[in-house]
Amino acid sequence: MIRFDHVFKRYPNGREALSDLSLELGSGEIAFLTGHSGAGKSSLLKLIALIERPTRGQLIVNGQNVAGVSRSKIPAYRRQIGVVFQDHKLLADRTIFDNVALPLIIAGVGSREIGRRVRAALDQVGLLGREQSLPLELSTGEQQRVGIARAVVSKPPVLIADEPTGNLDPDLSIEVMNIFRRFNEVGVTVLIASHDLYLLERFPVRRIRLEGGRIQEGEPEPAQKLLDPAKLMDADRGMTP
Amino acid sequence: MSAWLVRHAQTLVGALGRLSQQKLATLLTTLVIGIALALPACLHLLIANIQSASGNWDRAIDMSVYLKIPTALEEAQRIAERLRARRDVASVSVISADDALKEFRRDSGFGPAIDALTGNPLPHSLVVHPKGDYATAAHLEELAADIRALPSVELVQLDTAWVNRLQAILETVRRAVFLTAAFLALGVMAIVGNTIRLDIQNRRQEIEVTKLVGGSDAFVRRPFLYSGFWYGIGGALIAWLITAIVVGTLRDPVGRLAGLYGSGFEISGLGLEPTLILFASGIVLGWLGSFVAASRHLRQIEPS
Repeated sequence: MIRFDHVFKRYPNGREALSDLSLELGSGEIAFLTGHSGAGKSSLLKLIALIERPTRGQLIVNGQNVAGVSRSKIPAYRRQIGVVFQDHKLLADRTIFDNVALPLIIAGVGSREIGRRVRAALDQVGLLGREQSLPLELSTGEQQRVGIARAVVSKPPVLIADEPTGNLDPDLSIEVMNIFRRFNEVGVTVLIASHDLYLLERFPVRRIRLEGGRIQEGEPEPAQKLLDPAKLMDADRGMTP
Repeated sequence: MSAWLVRHAQTLVGALGRLSQQKLATLLTTLVIGIALALPACLHLLIANIQSASGNWDRAIDMSVYLKIPTALEEAQRIAERLRARRDVASVSVISADDALKEFRRDSGFGPAIDALTGNPLPHSLVVHPKGDYATAAHLEELAADIRALPSVELVQLDTAWVNRLQAILETVRRAVFLTAAFLALGVMAIVGNTIRLDIQNRRQEIEVTKLVGGSDAFVRRPFLYSGFWYGIGGALIAWLITAIVVGTLRDPVGRLAGLYGSGFEISGLGLEPTLILFASGIVLGWLGSFVAASRHLRQIEPS
């Protein structure tokens, strides 16, 4: 689903964020992207979302070589990728409903279908009934869940998240991770950049460790692609008092 | 298709709602646009009213044709008939020698002197009114030469100097109005463009997020174009109100002035067609101004 082939990313200021990075993430896979700040996690996600372009090398997402995506084709490309941000990036002057509906409005979906899918997405993140609230009336965790609902409402095959639990306490982090896991279970490819050690311990999924813009080899990765739901249940239970 | 229409309608109304949230700023912008649009509109009113006040300016290019003295009135009618058939002649009226004498007696104040005459010294004459399309000095000279060549014609009187002057005046005024309108149109576009530019900067985050979730340039631009549309309509409405105020204020004094000159002239406001043109110009300029600004500045905002 996502394949990096000897990708380099050098910024105009000369900083090399990624160097000779090769990586493959299969369809329906879920993985953590870890590493210190400045290790290149954000750069890697930006390349996938086509916010930045590789300086060298090849990046193929969902069968498309991003080098071949012209400026005018970027919007259509981005519609197949759900992005979750650490700072949510919600629009403060619009209701939760309107925030989540944005990708569907852009895609030209009919009003009734939008209502149905927005409510379904909000239901999945446990916020049904808050449609008419404004983002600032919600807690940070709830805002993050709205951001996730917006990322998945148009059912993209790929979901990427940049430090989605960065501002959340452990309980909320687990909750958010469980939401990601549920999407992964229905076939969405999920890549989560995180340095939340607690979270990494709780969820034994594949880890891709970056350091200085390179993949750090030698770290054990869990053999199984999907999670064992029973284990996760335990993790959940362990967290609830 | 219907979803697409609904979306456009929502964006249109949404843009109006957003403008109404910043009442003062919107009002000021619209007022400036309105004043800029009102200037050419008022100039148009001025010309239209002068034209109707001075009767028909075309009358100035009429030519008088005096026939040779021993010419029968029937012959004069025949010549008039022939001239009327020309494509550059709008109308011809025949003034018989008797009519001319009566008029002269009445207007000149030489009544008793004329009574002393034994016969009528005046010839039959024709007043030839050329068509407006042919009202250039060259054409008129040609027409006059043709008439002069007729056997019974004694004299053709044509004031081409005046025609030239009138044409020059009209051309000057027309060009001045055109230039004024063109500059003010540029001004309106600049005002709308600048307002939209500020609006884009204020909504930078929203634009970034929209682009991140796959909004195309056209999608992001759309609400700004509708804002420009509303600015244009609002400006045209204010311009129309300004002309209405101008006409309303001037109606009575102009009427009194015309009365003093024995004229029943009354100042008139913008007709239906000029009103439609005013609104169409407002909308087109508002839309165009925002299109230029939005296309230029939205490209620069990319998520990072």
